[in-house]
Amino acid sequence: MSVATALRWRGGDLAPSLVLPLVALAALPTMSFSTWLTFTIAGIAMGMMLFLMASGLTLIFGLMDVLNFAHGAFVTLGAYVAVSVMAALAGWSAADSWWLNLAALLVALVAAILASGAAGLLFERIIIRRVYGAHLRQILVTVGGLIVAEQLIVALWGANPLSLPKPASFRGSILLGDVAIETYRIIALLLGLAVYVALHLVLNRTRIGLLVRAGVENREMVEALGYRIRRLFVGVFVAGTALAGMGGVMWGLYQELVTRAIGADMTVLVFIILIIGGLGSVGGCFVGALLVGLLTNYVGFLAPKLALGSNILLMAAILLWRPRGLFPVAKE
Amino acid sequence: MSDSSDRWRRRLDTLLSGDRPGGVLLDGLLLAVLVVLALTPFLFPGTRSVAVAARICIFVVLAASYDVMLGYTGIVSFAHTMFFGIGAYGVAIALTKFGVGWGAVLLGTAAGVALAVVLAAIIGLLSLRVRAIFFSMITLAVASLAQLLATQLRDLTGGEDGLTFSVPQVLTPGFRLIEGTVLGVRLDGRLITYYLIFAVALALFLLMLRIVNSPFGRVLEAIRENAFRAEALGYRTVVYRTLAGALSAAMAALAGALMALLLRYNGPAATLSFDVMVDILLMVVIGGMGTLYGPVLGAVVLVMAEYYLQPAMATVAGAVAGWPLLPALFDPDRWLLWLGLLFVLIVYFFPSGIVGKLREMRSG
Repeated sequence: MSVATALRWRGGDLAPSLVLPLVALAALPTMSFSTWLTFTIAGIAMGMMLFLMASGLTLIFGLMDVLNFAHGAFVTLGAYVAVSVMAALAGWSAADSWWLNLAALLVALVAAILASGAAGLLFERIIIRRVYGAHLRQILVTVGGLIVAEQLIVALWGANPLSLPKPASFRGSILLGDVAIETYRIIALLLGLAVYVALHLVLNRTRIGLLVRAGVENREMVEALGYRIRRLFVGVFVAGTALAGMGGVMWGLYQELVTRAIGADMTVLVFIILIIGGLGSVGGCFVGALLVGLLTNYVGFLAPKLALGSNILLMAAILLWRPRGLFPVAKE
Repeated sequence: MSDSSDRWRRRLDTLLSGDRPGGVLLDGLLLAVLVVLALTPFLFPGTRSVAVAARICIFVVLAASYDVMLGYTGIVSFAHTMFFGIGAYGVAIALTKFGVGWGAVLLGTAAGVALAVVLAAIIGLLSLRVRAIFFSMITLAVASLAQLLATQLRDLTGGEDGLTFSVPQVLTPGFRLIEGTVLGVRLDGRLITYYLIFAVALALFLLMLRIVNSPFGRVLEAIRENAFRAEALGYRTVVYRTLAGALSAAMAALAGALMALLLRYNGPAATLSFDVMVDILLMVVIGGMGTLYGPVLGAVVLVMAEYYLQPAMATVAGAVAGWPLLPALFDPDRWLLWLGLLFVLIVYFFPSGIVGKLREMRSG
């Protein structure tokens, strides 16, 4: 489930774990070392933001076999909530104090988590609840939900792109030798890492995590043991949408511009990550997110027009090699 | 007397491949749609109404071809607009590069259809081998790649601006078949374009009706109902699903070629955008999946809504002007919100759409 488990020699199957370092190394000869380091760190930071958005979706799929095409709407919601919060806290955000800036970011994150989580709860109740087990109707209904959610967001915030400036202290970059690293990327990287570690601990060290992992592997058995997996699923769904909202805040701040399409654009990358990593696997999702983040940055530097194309080619290559993704979940 | 009516019935059955719409109401509705579409230039002369009717014809083909995938085979593709766009770009690029002429139109159409079929086969073989759900995710990614390519390959596609081109002279508004008017209507290039689109759309629709009612179509339905069982009966589900995808892609490309001839323009927003994809999905689901007649009604409802729902919403928005939030919800630009709600309700409560409901009423 985690990178630690994924990296362990499982029946000699080390190959999937080597893809990430290979991609990073393959890019090295094409640029100078300091450029490479800059882009590697940028790629990892982007990967962390993508992981925030993708992790919820992969868990939701793993646990309940529900593929939520409306996941991007929660990313969009989070970003728009951040716009409102940051506008209200413009004083804090623009202040020349690191702590006030951080406080503004934290308030925005908490607000986005609450808003997306609450919306996720509603969405599960109204939209998803009735279509468990029917893939075709799930896809249709979540796409319908996506249309409605996007339109509601536009009705609330308007159709024009809104600017979302970074807090003052998070602009600019730090120079380490001749390697320039944007401050904001470090923050995104740390936050993503913290979420990954937290997710890892919850999944592997708590009783709820045990039930979630057991549910991913065999839902009926967990139900037969008397646990209400439906209730557990609502929790995972809400957590997943809250994480998506968080990802939306981070990505919106990174781009400093929020459009209605921000979630839909991310959905494409998130799906690529899920397919690369193996649907339902959190560890695979982490590796997939880093892969997509790195590749996007390397290719974005070498041939800007090919960035999305390179990700799709990577996905196609991995599908040909490992049709179930790099780290498939053992399922009954 | 009864002998001749019998013969007519048999002829009709041959034409519709034995798949009657079913029910007086549905028969009547579809007949009305057919008659109105056939006579639009004479019933409602005017550029706008003929353009609306032509759009309906094209979207009938596009939505019906999507239904072959969604309703008959049970797989959701988000790349249908890509094939639509490929067909449209085929004609657009051929007419731009090789000069105006029917040869260029045919060459562009053929190239578009061929490319669409090859791409659909590759996507199908790559993703349907694993799980049908991968297909939905991968088509979404591929569709956004196609959109990106169309905006980036500026020399070929004209980028964001798209391509404006001339069509063969017979189809231009300036062309006159005969001087003077027939029933008060000028027989100009616009009229010929409309009837070309109408005839091709009708032929393609009947062809699809033929295909889904063939043994091949029955296998597709069997796969939709239970892929595992169909495989156990000896049908290679991957092959059948991929063939359905390729067929549907070819039809979409042909619809795209018609669209290019109608607009005399093609760009990413006209044929490739995700908005068009959403429209197709709404048409098929609202009309009724797995019926082919459903998409016909769905296309009529959606295209009419696109043109005529917005003024109605503007009226409502004006009436609730003082209220909080309501004016924003009834803003004419929010028409998709209401159709989206309708879509969700239909998926829940009438999974077989308008056509299914009407057929139920007949039997009930």
